[in-house]
Amino acid sequence: MAVKVHIPTPLRPFTDKLDVVDVEGATVGELLTNLTTKFSGLRQHLFTPEGRMRSFVNVYVNDEDIRYLQKDQTPVKADDSVSIIPSVAGGSSATVAPTALPQLSGDEVQRYSRHLILPEVGMDGQRTLKAAKVLCIGAGGLGSPAAMYLAAAGVGTLGIVDFDVVDTSNLQRQILHGTPDIGRPKLESAKDRLFSLNPNVHVETYETALSSENALRLFEPYDVILDGTDNFPTRYLVNDACVLLAKPNAYGSIFRFEGQASVFATKNGPCYRCLYPEPPPPGLVPSCAEGGVLGVLPGIIGTIQATETIKLILGAGEPLIGRFLIYDALRMRFRELKLRKDAECPVCGMHPTVTALIDYEQFCGVKPAAEDGVNDAITDEMLPRELKERLDRGEAIVVVDVREPQEYQINRIAGSTLIPLGELPQRFGELDANAAIVCQCKSGVRSAKATGFLRSIGFKNVRNLAGGILGWIDQVDPSQPKY
Amino acid sequence: MRVTVRLFARLRELVGAGELSRNVAAGAVVAVVWDDLAREYPAISPYAGSMSCAVNAEYARMTTVVDEDDEVAFLPPVSGG
Repeated sequence: MAVKVHIPTPLRPFTDKLDVVDVEGATVGELLTNLTTKFSGLRQHLFTPEGRMRSFVNVYVNDEDIRYLQKDQTPVKADDSVSIIPSVAGGSSATVAPTALPQLSGDEVQRYSRHLILPEVGMDGQRTLKAAKVLCIGAGGLGSPAAMYLAAAGVGTLGIVDFDVVDTSNLQRQILHGTPDIGRPKLESAKDRLFSLNPNVHVETYETALSSENALRLFEPYDVILDGTDNFPTRYLVNDACVLLAKPNAYGSIFRFEGQASVFATKNGPCYRCLYPEPPPPGLVPSCAEGGVLGVLPGIIGTIQATETIKLILGAGEPLIGRFLIYDALRMRFRELKLRKDAECPVCGMHPTVTALIDYEQFCGVKPAAEDGVNDAITDEMLPRELKERLDRGEAIVVVDVREPQEYQINRIAGSTLIPLGELPQRFGELDANAAIVCQCKSGVRSAKATGFLRSIGFKNVRNLAGGILGWIDQVDPSQPKY
Repeated sequence: MRVTVRLFARLRELVGAGELSRNVAAGAVVAVVWDDLAREYPAISPYAGSMSCAVNAEYARMTTVVDEDDEVAFLPPVSGG
C-alpha cells in the first residue's frame, strides 16, 4: 500500500526534486525506512549513524505530530498525508546535513558535558542549540532567568530587546543585574552577566522599545521568541508578530504570586489571542509596579520559558503547546488548561482579519484615538506645590489616592481618600461628582486613568496630581519614604 | 445544580476566595455562572470582556453549557514580567 510522503523544499535535492513521493509501508517507521532505501542520499538527514531518527526531524501524519501519536509505530493508511517538517529552530537544521551544524570546541564539550550524555541532547542536539537564535523581549523579571539559563545551556545567539536602566527596585527579582549596575542600561549589565556566564554565546542587544515598526525586522533572524514583557500592548504585538512570521512564542506572565506559561504560535497550536481575544480595559489589571510581585515568581516562570525554548530547539519531549500552565506560588500548585487553536481567531484563525501589525497601544485602549479628547486628563495636571498651597488655604479639595492599600501604608498625603483604581468603577459613588477632586497615585499614570474615568462619567472638577506621591515627596514633604 | 467555580489572580482577590461552590439552574451556560457571581461581587464585572474561562480544565466559551459538578474556571489576563 503506497502512502504519499511530502518532502520539504530543502530535502528535494535528495528525492530527484520530487515534492511528494509514494512510499510503501504500514507504519511511519516503515515508510521512512523505505523512503531512505529508495533515496539513499536522504538517510543521513533523517537518521543518525546509529539509525535513530534525528531529534530535529518532525514527522506529521494528517497534521498530527507523531510524537503525540505512536511515534514511528504510528500506523498509516493509503489516504493519509505524511509530511516531514523541519524543526522550528536551529534554523533549518533538519534540512541541513549535520556536518553543517557548528562544531563544539574542546571547552564547549567540557562545559556542556552534562547535556552531551543526555540521549535527548547529545552532540547533535548541543550543536543544534549552538546554531539556534533566541530573542528575549525584556531583560526584567522573566527575561533575567530565561536569558541566563539559555546562555548557560549554550544557545548560540541570544538577542535581548530592552530600553530600561537598572533601578534599585528591580534587584528583588531581576537577577541579571546587580547592585553595582544601578543606573546602568539593563542591556549593558545583561551583556556583562551573560558573558561571564558563558563567553561562547553571542549576545545581540537592541536598545529600543519594541514597536509595530521594528518587530518583524527584529524577530526575522530568530528561531524562538521569548515574551518577557510587562504590558498588554507589547504582549499582543509579540503574539501577532510571531504568528505573522510563524515563529514560536515561549510565553510567560506574572501577577503577584501567580504565573502563566505556554507556547504560542506554532504551526498547529493556538496563539495568545485564541485565549485572550480582547485586551482588558486599561488600568484594570495592575502591573508589577502597581500590584507588587513575589521576587522568586518570575524566576520560576522565566525558567519554564527557557525550558520550553530549549525543548523547541531540540525537538525533544512534549512542548507546552495547546496547554496553558498556571502556577500559584502561595498555594504551591500547578494547574493546566487544555487550549485549542480558535478557528475564528482574528490573527491565526481560518480567516484572519489581522494580517499586518496594528497600533497596539490603541488596541489596548492605552492611547485613545486622537479625536476623543481624553488626553485632557494628562494635560490638566496639578503640581504638588499648587495642591499644597491650596490645601493650606483651606480649599475643600478631595485628594483621591488610587493606589493599593499596601502602598498607602508606605506613604500618603494626609487626609486623602484611598480608592484603588481597580475599585473605582464600583466605588465612585462615595465621591461627590461636583467636588474639587485631585487624583493621585505613585507617579501619575494610574491617577491619570482615574481622572479620565471620573470625567467620563460626569465628574466636573477632577485633576491629576503630576508626579504622584513621589512628586509630592520631592516638592512638598521630603520626610516620607519613597518606594 | 452545584458547580465549582475557580478564580485566579485578581478575580480571586476581589472575591476573596479561589474556590466557591455555586448553585445554578440546570442547563446553564458559563455566562450565567459568571453573571450570577458578578451580581454578588460587582467588583469583578469589569473583567467580563477580557478574561477567559475553562470548564473541567478545558478552554471554554461563555456559551459553553455546564453540567452538575463541573468545575468552571475564570482567568483574568495578567501582564507582569
